[in-house]
Amino acid sequence: MLEIKNLHVKLADEDKAIIKGLTLTVPKGEVHAIMGPNGSGKSTLAYVLAGRADYEVTDGDIIWNGESIIEMEPDERAAKGVFLAFQYPMEIPGVAGLTFLRTATNSVRKKRGQTELTTPEFLKVVKDRASKLNIDFDMLKRPVNVGFSGGEKKRSEILQMAMLEPSLCVLDETDSGLDIDALKVVSDGVNALRSPDRAMLVITHYQRLLNHIVPDKVHVLAEGRIQKTGGKELALELEQSGYAEFQGKAA
Amino acid sequence: MAAVEATVEQVKKIDVDQYKYGFETEIESVKAPKGLDEDTVRYISAQKNEPAWMLEWRLDAFQRWKTMTEPTWAKVHHPKIDFQDQYYYSAPKKAAGPKSLDEIDPVILETYKKLGIPLKEQEILAGVQGSRVAVDAVFDSVSVVTTFKEELKKAGVIFCSFSEAVREHPELIRKYLGSVVPQSDNYYAALNSAVFSDGSFVYIPPATRCPMELSTYFRINEKNTGQFERTLIIADRGAYVSYLEGCTAPMRDENQLHAAVVELVALDEAEIKYSTVQNWYPGDKNGRGGIYNFVTKRGDCRGHHSKISWTQVETGSAITWKYPSCILRGDHSRGEFYSIAVSNGYQQVDSGTKMIHLGKNTSSRIISKGIAAGFSQNTYRGLVSAHRKATGARNFTACDSLLIGDKCGAHTVPYIEAKNSSAHFEHEATTSKISEDILFYCRQRGLSQEEAVALVVNGFVRDVLQQLPMEFMAETQKLIGISLEGSVG
Repeated sequence: MLEIKNLHVKLADEDKAIIKGLTLTVPKGEVHAIMGPNGSGKSTLAYVLAGRADYEVTDGDIIWNGESIIEMEPDERAAKGVFLAFQYPMEIPGVAGLTFLRTATNSVRKKRGQTELTTPEFLKVVKDRASKLNIDFDMLKRPVNVGFSGGEKKRSEILQMAMLEPSLCVLDETDSGLDIDALKVVSDGVNALRSPDRAMLVITHYQRLLNHIVPDKVHVLAEGRIQKTGGKELALELEQSGYAEFQGKAA
Repeated sequence: MAAVEATVEQVKKIDVDQYKYGFETEIESVKAPKGLDEDTVRYISAQKNEPAWMLEWRLDAFQRWKTMTEPTWAKVHHPKIDFQDQYYYSAPKKAAGPKSLDEIDPVILETYKKLGIPLKEQEILAGVQGSRVAVDAVFDSVSVVTTFKEELKKAGVIFCSFSEAVREHPELIRKYLGSVVPQSDNYYAALNSAVFSDGSFVYIPPATRCPMELSTYFRINEKNTGQFERTLIIADRGAYVSYLEGCTAPMRDENQLHAAVVELVALDEAEIKYSTVQNWYPGDKNGRGGIYNFVTKRGDCRGHHSKISWTQVETGSAITWKYPSCILRGDHSRGEFYSIAVSNGYQQVDSGTKMIHLGKNTSSRIISKGIAAGFSQNTYRGLVSAHRKATGARNFTACDSLLIGDKCGAHTVPYIEAKNSSAHFEHEATTSKISEDILFYCRQRGLSQEEAVALVVNGFVRDVLQQLPMEFMAETQKLIGISLEGSVG
């Protein structure tokens, strides 16, 4: 279970508070959506969960599986099962996708006390999971994300997620830059990973992603805190009314 | 990727101060008295039982050296070197003229074992086709052992220590020595010409493909002994040879002077591929100690359609001053330079190449990757020139620099001179900083900081890594990871 308790976050090198008292609980087996206007702190929340150094937690705590993770390095969190699908995945020139996947997979397996995959084992798993995401195996021989289309980048993120077998998946604007067909492929990939052992936090601007990845709960994030929580129908309401009512009223 | 994991394991085992190869072997050695004068030159020559012409050549170089001054144009800083406070010759005492490995001092063999040079294994593997490497191991100044000689002999290839070549093949030495790098070429080349201790000699006869990769491991061992190797490689008409040079040195407090000269000669349609992995002691984390590496390497594409290719991986030395160059004299000849230069701590690198286009329709290619971390300074300095008669000359140059942290520097100093209108030169240069975003991305995927840096840097240098012989690739990936250890907060 993910428990975010009264979280306050500011930028590490300025005094600007971004998240101001955010409290949220996501039990395992559930998918929660976070929606909100631009600048509400959605991406910041994703980065803080993953442990990015540009942000400073000034108050509150993040508990994952009963353990506070805010002092952990990003790779320790990854070993604990935290995975962030990036809104803008990074290009890594010269590093083949397969090399990256294998390094990452074996790195977390080692930290989790699992045996590392041998090359044949690894290739078998990758081929299987890549084909389910409509990823051409040749794409994995290209450098990570270099020259990828928006759709390829997002599919590659979901493949990494499938390979690393995380228990907490945070998807940051995974629908951005996707056409309808790609959206479907990516959503199917995410849905295939839904499991009773896994918690998911889906961050999005738009309701349309939630037609494909149907959430158990929807939270409205504005002005750095959760303003409203409801079922999947809340997303449809927001699509009608917009976020205006949540803005300008926070402390 | 296995290499990255291995890097991390190794990185964990060592601290910045604990240079992996920083051990010293206690062996009795014969030394020339400290300092440099004409008597030193005579002493060295006498120790090696050299013929009179060789001594004359050395003395001539010494006279020229005395009139020269140290170059100051490179972007490196160091205290003035006292050339009288150095030993110019040192040889392990018991190692003269061994017939087999059994005659080698076991302590030396032990040193090689620590360095991972599988001399013994190679003897065992002698009959195996495919991935054979012949090693002419230079321990301080004397070639201790040469393997695979018999096999090479069958192909007509001469691969021996320089001293032996002076005795056995004087006609070749007299014809080619100093024909690419003249005695008075520069201050350090002149010094080397006067006092060179030993090195390797290779001759590939016409239309012969050398049956194996040739390899030399240099190692500086005796305290305060500058090492002055001299390497000469000749590929006769239509011949091919690939030569590997790899280096490590023990830990020291005093700076050690190293001034090697390498000369390559490629005749008509011949090809020489020369690869270097240089990993000498770079000094400690405060910038104390470390090797001063002032090297002159030059290849002469003397024949038409000849080709010389330099590939270098420079991770060691406190100061590197090195410009492996090609003189493209023969029509349609080709020169290549592929370089990875990694600097960390307080290392200073000033390295690059010269491509001198003299013949018609000559072409050259330069790919340089500089990685600067810590407080280091990393300079690419290169010259591409086309002579008046070098019609149709072509060059492509790409210099990329990667900065890790904000206390280091990367500099690119290209000189381009075209003296005829048909020359076609291209130059590309980029400088980038290793991105926090990429590192975070990698770490989110479970890589430690060290693994992430090693992965990103190995990606950055991939174009050049692919030029290395297979034997060196994996080793080099590890080496780059180790060299950058502790480079990011």
